[in-house]
Amino acid sequence: MKLLWLVVLFGFALPGASSELRATGDLGVVIERADGRVLIVEHTNDTRLEQIEGLGDLSHASVVFSRDQRFAYVFGRDGGLTKVDLLTSRIDKRILQSGNSIGGAISQDGKLVAVSNYTPGGVRVFNADTLELVADIPADYGGDKLSKVVGLVDAPGQRFVFSLYDADQIWIADMSDPVNPRITRFKDIGRAPYDALISPDGRYYIAGLFGDDHLALLDLWHPEQGVKPILAGYAEHDEKLPVYKMPHLEGWAMAGNKAFIPAVGQHQVLVVDTGSWKMLDKIKVHGQPVFVMARPDGRQVWVNYAHPDNDTVQVIDAETHAIIKTLKPGKAVLHMEFTPRGEKLWLSVRDDNRLQVYDTRTFEVLQELPAAKPSGIFFTDRAHRTGL
Amino acid sequence: MPDRLFHTHRWMLLLFTILSLSGKAAAVTPSTERQLELRNLLYQDCGSCHGMRLTGGLGPALTPGALRDKPRELLVTTVRDGRSGTPMPPWKQHLSDTDIEWLVDLLLELESQP
Repeated sequence: MKLLWLVVLFGFALPGASSELRATGDLGVVIERADGRVLIVEHTNDTRLEQIEGLGDLSHASVVFSRDQRFAYVFGRDGGLTKVDLLTSRIDKRILQSGNSIGGAISQDGKLVAVSNYTPGGVRVFNADTLELVADIPADYGGDKLSKVVGLVDAPGQRFVFSLYDADQIWIADMSDPVNPRITRFKDIGRAPYDALISPDGRYYIAGLFGDDHLALLDLWHPEQGVKPILAGYAEHDEKLPVYKMPHLEGWAMAGNKAFIPAVGQHQVLVVDTGSWKMLDKIKVHGQPVFVMARPDGRQVWVNYAHPDNDTVQVIDAETHAIIKTLKPGKAVLHMEFTPRGEKLWLSVRDDNRLQVYDTRTFEVLQELPAAKPSGIFFTDRAHRTGL
Repeated sequence: MPDRLFHTHRWMLLLFTILSLSGKAAAVTPSTERQLELRNLLYQDCGSCHGMRLTGGLGPALTPGALRDKPRELLVTTVRDGRSGTPMPPWKQHLSDTDIEWLVDLLLELESQP
């Protein structure tokens, strides 16, 4: 009888769940951005599992995961922060925390979720369990308004690092005492930082600059040394083209001692030595790169492109820098995600309303799945990676 | 015969000019298929900076309130030539004047919606 009650209670508590036990290590979330929906998918057999509605404006939405890989935190454009339970396929909690936001991060200890906002400009930090506000960090730089905040990442030492688009600054927020963040500010880092990334070990934070011909590097082991310009004049001798979509620096494409970075306004991928931060090579590619992502083993680098070249994906050999494959997945390839060990890659083809799964050795399409205007694809192994 | 052709041509030119001058009623509208493409471009691609609901992002909002005081010609120029010093690119390489004017009118039309 007791057992029966337990079964009944469990059944009520988890209405969407099947009776079988389910782990979450091979799950993922796909954004169906036009409809305010997300798909829950799994990448062992490459299938769709569930569809969840009611997440608001998901243009430019991104996702981080709880460290137990059960919950996905979805950051929407309308300031929405939605905590989705991947096991019950339900919205666990949802708040509208600002007017206009751009992304977020989860702290090293998994207890804080931070959101970077355009309006009002700044970062808000929430309790990861309850989504209650823990700290508010307005991006007040002494101007007449607050700055838009971009490139927010988590860093070791329970820190968040982010860039101020309107103020040309990088800030570190030490959240050791969550209600009293300790802020370190770096000024004049270069004009108009538009996005940033952190190295997988959490040591280097690099901001891309829209208004300057270099990138800004902060060594988080040595913040006292300040922010340094790297790759100064990388576009000096090249024609600067109009930028139809800002590159994304989220994926740190690293292979051995090389980092692969999208050049702004150029048909190039920059190869940088991560010891000296000198340019090793510029790889001519098909269009203006948006995402430049290394396969987890670092052997290949996959690149997608801005409008009007967004029907194409290219694969670079990280060793020789040769383009070894040019794929035409379809109209408007928006995002790519490797499986945790890199044998497969999922990509979203927005205007063809589908997802494609590639074998990264043979480049064969293994699976195609329908999805409505899909954009971001996020797998749960991100839960255990710094900066993602 | 060539004379007649010439005259017809002139009349058409005149008609075109009148229609163009009459403002919103653009002389040429993109085909229905093109209109679909342009709508998709507006919400999906312009949307990557201006928000899919045009409420703004890295770029400013293109909503009714935001566009209220902006002259049509300024909007057309901005789309065609971009805004230097900002990430707004010129779209003239990819869009015809007809496309651009139709898009701007669409934005202004959205304004009059409740």
